[in-house]
Amino acid sequence: MIIDHPLLGPRDANEFVYLGDANLINRPDWTEKDADKQFYEYLYLRDNPSGYHRELWYHEQGDRSWLIVTRNTSTHEIKQVELAKDYHLEKSKSK
Amino acid sequence: MKYSLLKIIKEGITGNKNWRPIWRDPEPKKSYDIVIIGGGGHGLSTAYYLSNLYGLNDVAVIEKGWIGSGNVGRNTTIIRSNYMLPGNEPFYELSMKLWEGLEQDFNYNAMISQRGILNLCHSDAQRDAFARRGNAMKLAGADAELLDEDGVRQVCPFLDFENARFPIKGGLAQKRGGTVRHDAVAWGYARGADNKGVDIIQNCEVTGFKIDNGVCRGVETSAGFIKANKVASCVAGSSSKVMGFAGMRLPIESHVLQAFVSEGLKPILPGVITFGAGHFYVSQSDKGGLVFGGDIDGYNSYAQRGNLPVVEDVCEGGMAIMPMIGRSRLLRIWGGIMDMSMDGSPFIDKTDIKGLYFNGGWCYGGFKATPASGLCYAHLLATDEPHEVATEFRLDRFINGNMIDEKGVGAQPNLH
Ligand SMILES: Cc1cc2nc3c(=O)[nH]c(=O)nc-3n(C[C@H](O)[C@H](O)[C@H](O)COP(=O)(O)OP(=O)(O)OC[C@H]3O[C@@H](n4cnc5c(N)ncnc54)[C@H](O)[C@@H]3O)c2cc1C
Repeated sequence: MIIDHPLLGPRDANEFVYLGDANLINRPDWTEKDADKQFYEYLYLRDNPSGYHRELWYHEQGDRSWLIVTRNTSTHEIKQVELAKDYHLEKSKSK
Repeated sequence: MKYSLLKIIKEGITGNKNWRPIWRDPEPKKSYDIVIIGGGGHGLSTAYYLSNLYGLNDVAVIEKGWIGSGNVGRNTTIIRSNYMLPGNEPFYELSMKLWEGLEQDFNYNAMISQRGILNLCHSDAQRDAFARRGNAMKLAGADAELLDEDGVRQVCPFLDFENARFPIKGGLAQKRGGTVRHDAVAWGYARGADNKGVDIIQNCEVTGFKIDNGVCRGVETSAGFIKANKVASCVAGSSSKVMGFAGMRLPIESHVLQAFVSEGLKPILPGVITFGAGHFYVSQSDKGGLVFGGDIDGYNSYAQRGNLPVVEDVCEGGMAIMPMIGRSRLLRIWGGIMDMSMDGSPFIDKTDIKGLYFNGGWCYGGFKATPASGLCYAHLLATDEPHEVATEFRLDRFINGNMIDEKGVGAQPNLH
């Protein structure tokens, strides 16, 4: 697979380390009342879709950025690649 | 029809005209006591033990393709019971005992061959870890033997003992481990279940459940609705998809694992050999092909085919322990979809929906579990109580902190 890095261009997926569902960015707030339940779901349960999946890849052998890759798990086709940082900044702005 | 030497001789001299299909191809009935989703090894063995051991035969196995088209016909066929944790080892040892009597039990040749498995170690620390594992295995009644370098040289003189990076220091052997003809396992169980009246329905896909007030009443399929008192999901890599029809999210990710077979060679490998410093395992089939594999590709996948980096990694592992493998040519590569759980261990459990049961999370080690998984799942379905060797395979173990994490890597499925 080739991942089209937003800053570095097309890179071999082998340069990256895979973490999993991009939802792992959205860490629950530990001060909430049902934080234990939220953390259980956050840490252990997955949507695991067949089809498009937003997921975290870490460019370990490159610029060490975290990317959010939207990839079809049934065909391995990659539709979109964003910097996780951009997504995070966007999210904190909208808060 | 029972297979025997007499029957083979009789058929042989009369032109082999009287062999018949070994299971029926029935239309689905409107309703069953138990509907099993998934005609893989586990679904079929569940049906077999339900009908042969628990006397329940109002059972259907519903398979979206043909039986054996999933992982049961795609794996590298290794059986062993060399686990360590108390939640796992008695279960896998029961499975090994069932393998040992299986061919007589279901009267079918599954080519079960206890040619042994040898896990190589490459450092003193690893040898210590293997000694601990071997002792844990013995405590659960399994066999284990720690070999030093000379011991390994005696059985596998061709290994690269002086490898500069990963010299071979010894190994942990389980002589009762070995290999099995994988699709014969599916066929043997299918035949045994069919003989007792279980309907095996192929080319029929489950597309949903009928759930009223938290009670599962049956399954929607491509051949219409089928009513059932109990519905038992057993779909390996498709677990999240199927349980998703019931609104459940599982502690499972689907990943692709590849397998490799070389051209046929003269007998060279005495049994199964695994590399201890990377992920590589190899055995030789009776046709002579080297059957080998390694890690999962590492990213979520439903594609049943993998990518080249893992091919390279697996071949490097092979070259590191037996450089002669570089002279053989690869014949085939394929992939299967693994139900990777959050602690690397499986589930055989009820769900919060009454009448809906779940079996899955087998990661890349569910083939060896086929007999015990079927037996324990049948026990759960028949009695509503977990079998005594499967009490820890619960869906809620992550809430309670009762993970069974053999590798100790945490909730990172691609590392198990
Ligand atoms: C390459 C590879 C190598 C492996 N090597 C080993 C090994 O050496 N040793 C070992 O112990 N294990 C090994 N495994 C793991 C083992 O094969 C699996 O864990 C095990 O086979 C899973 O159980 P099963 O046989 O029931 O799965 P499957 O055979 O996959 O059965 C599941 C069935 O469910 C069906 N299904 C899915 N969705 C639906 C639906 N909606 N409706 C109806 N039917 C449906 C599928 O078509 C499939 O036939 C390996 C796996 C792979 C892919």
